[in-house]
Amino acid sequence: MAKTNSRDRMKNEINAGSMADIAFLLLIFFLVTTTVVEDKGITVKLPPWSEEEVDPTKLKTRNVFSVLVNASNQLLVRGEPADIRQLRERAKEFIMNPRRQEDLSEAPNKAIISLKNDRGTSYETYLEVYNELKAAYNELWNEEAQKRYGSDYSDSMPITKKREIKSAIPFVLSEAEPTGFGEE
Amino acid sequence: MGKFSKKRGKASPEVSTASLPDIIFMLLFFFMVVTVLRDSELKVDVVTPQATELTKLQEKSLVNYLYIGKPKDKYRDTYGTKPRLQLGDKFSTVEEIPIFLEKHKVKVSENKRARITSSLRIDGKVTMGIVQDIKTQLRKTGQLKVNYSAKQKAEK
Repeated sequence: MAKTNSRDRMKNEINAGSMADIAFLLLIFFLVTTTVVEDKGITVKLPPWSEEEVDPTKLKTRNVFSVLVNASNQLLVRGEPADIRQLRERAKEFIMNPRRQEDLSEAPNKAIISLKNDRGTSYETYLEVYNELKAAYNELWNEEAQKRYGSDYSDSMPITKKREIKSAIPFVLSEAEPTGFGEE
Repeated sequence: MGKFSKKRGKASPEVSTASLPDIIFMLLFFFMVVTVLRDSELKVDVVTPQATELTKLQEKSLVNYLYIGKPKDKYRDTYGTKPRLQLGDKFSTVEEIPIFLEKHKVKVSENKRARITSSLRIDGKVTMGIVQDIKTQLRKTGQLKVNYSAKQKAEK
């Protein structure tokens, strides 16, 4: 009598009904303690720190594309007030100099972009300007990659190809010490 | 007529819930993969600006975060409204950056240390003064890989 009883019990499965509840608990725990990743941004390589001041007068003025941002977030590009919406096109024209103008850069690899801001400039504007300049280079790299290899410039490209493009159009952006006129 | 009555007799009315745990587990794993553990409570308000030229940060363990923004409402009485730097979970000064970076560095295996990136989560409204000080400090410390955190701007 007892034997048959135990055999009956062995036939029974473990009740999995509460499994869903346990999983739900775990799920809720993870929902509460975690955040969704939104880890994107503009990657920048800062120049190493050196006590010596760089002397910009050594460079030819035609090779320098100077961008100044003041404390009221206004732009001064190569000595003239400018609009941020034109910055990308102007930078591209300056770097490539398609019509071989006298006042634009001699060659893409000699072009230098100099960015200077004030301590009172808002970070938003600074990043916008930086973004435009980076976008100008990215577009030029794309064009160059299209010309050479028939594909867009991307991180998945072979390193040798990337190097070739970057040596043809190197991204040189120098950031000067900011001025301190504006209110922080 | 007979057909109907036969069927009703056989069918058990319960829906099987045996696969429910599996479904929930799948959801659980999905959330575990796409999210990260919340490491620190934000004490400053950070609304990152928008940009288009974004790169994604690859390895989570190689990233340290620096937050800059105005202190949240409940901390205003003690810390004021000027933008402050937050390292880990407390307000810090620029001088504390090297120690903070060093603390993160020792947790990373040696061959990966060159790839450590600092993610700067800076509020758009902050002025460049404090940002500049932090950049200078990072350069002096030798932490040159920096990522200005930003949101994707919608294309026109």
